[in-house]
Amino acid sequence: MNVNKNSYTIGFASIMVIIVAALLAYASILLTPYQDRNIELEKKQNILQSVGIEVERDNSELPYSKYIKEEIVLNDNGNILDGSAFDIDLGDELKKDIKNQKLPLYISMLEDSSKYFIIPLRGKGLWGPIWGYISLKEDVNTVFGAVFAHEKETPGLGAEINQTFFQEPFKDQRIFNEDNEFVSITVKKGGAPEGSIHAVDAISGGTITSDGVTDMIKERVSRYLPYLEKNKPVVNDTLVSVNLISKVDE
Amino acid sequence: MSREALFSKKNKLLLTDPLDDNNPITVQVLGICSALAITVQLEAAVVMALSVLFVLSVANVIVSLMRNLIPSRIRIIVQLVVIATLVILVDEVLKAFVYDVSKELTVFVGLIITNCIIMGRLVAFASANPPWESFLDGLGNSFGYGWILVAVAFIRELLGSGTLFGYPVLENLGIYEHGYENNGMMILPPMALVTVGIIIWIQRMRNNKLIESN
Repeated sequence: MNVNKNSYTIGFASIMVIIVAALLAYASILLTPYQDRNIELEKKQNILQSVGIEVERDNSELPYSKYIKEEIVLNDNGNILDGSAFDIDLGDELKKDIKNQKLPLYISMLEDSSKYFIIPLRGKGLWGPIWGYISLKEDVNTVFGAVFAHEKETPGLGAEINQTFFQEPFKDQRIFNEDNEFVSITVKKGGAPEGSIHAVDAISGGTITSDGVTDMIKERVSRYLPYLEKNKPVVNDTLVSVNLISKVDE
Repeated sequence: MSREALFSKKNKLLLTDPLDDNNPITVQVLGICSALAITVQLEAAVVMALSVLFVLSVANVIVSLMRNLIPSRIRIIVQLVVIATLVILVDEVLKAFVYDVSKELTVFVGLIITNCIIMGRLVAFASANPPWESFLDGLGNSFGYGWILVAVAFIRELLGSGTLFGYPVLENLGIYEHGYENNGMMILPPMALVTVGIIIWIQRMRNNKLIESN
């Protein structure tokens, strides 16, 4: 058989393409359910992490349904829309005009019946998207926990945002200042001042990713301000007076 | 084809030659790009070496089986299609069953397609040799590639981050207390090149076959 004839070459190429296409399509159909499942479980794992619950990815299903009580969707006025927060792809939403964006929000209730608002985050790192979840305590001001993830930040530098040492300091930071203005939380190059409640340390060598985290928190959380405003707890008189007394004591 | 033992002397050489005398990275200078890109952490280097091992040995066997059927004018394209198909399969399987590893490697798995070692072995060996020999050649070259990758990653992770497989070795040894600091430069790509260069230097110093006569 002459393998160098034009007809043979064209025939060989055609058959090869058909076989390869069929093979890859079949593999994709076969494996997609497993892949989607991994992504879904990881999302649940990350959401749980933001309220301090550490679970294996494969076991995130049960605790998720136990602790995450509400998956709501908001518009930019803070009104609740139809639909579930879990089905929203933030990457797609961010491409839309802010007026048309749907804002997903999770509400978690832990065993001690404390309530947390979990805001999904998504922004830009150095090489690609970064995302995460930040949970606020019932006062809608104090951060309860934060997790971050990335697609392809530099290993050893920007990629470190998914490490505990970076995420831990976000706890107990405040997003509002004393005058009740939204100031967000800054990831500060060169280190946050001692005792700061609006800033955490950046990663040395990972400045652009660190700035990305700052921008991401500021942009995303600010979208929820109308809703947070509505859900601010009424200031409790007795609590205030207790504070005053303790101040006098000092 | 005369029947010879599966591990005859010639066949053994196919396995051992690429480890030193004919190492794909340090002697043939193929696959340098991935040796620079993914040697910041040991774990990524090991998984990359294993992925290349799979793709190269299977691609070698497939191309070798088809060697008399492939039209010579489109042989490179055919070989590339074989490689690309295997790489996509590896990527999909990793994503479905070892999700964490695939997250570490996503970009780099795709880059196996452009790894010159694979193309080089298909053209230079598999398209002219029987399947078993091609398989051994694939294994040998993957090992030769793999050990350099792991060696470079070992040095870079240890000196750059003070860890091995993410385990804080230097911290546990208490070295930082004496004023030692991680060398951030080891994490940057140029230091991979320097590290590979030093390995080549050492190799040429002790392997007489590699010393070029003027």
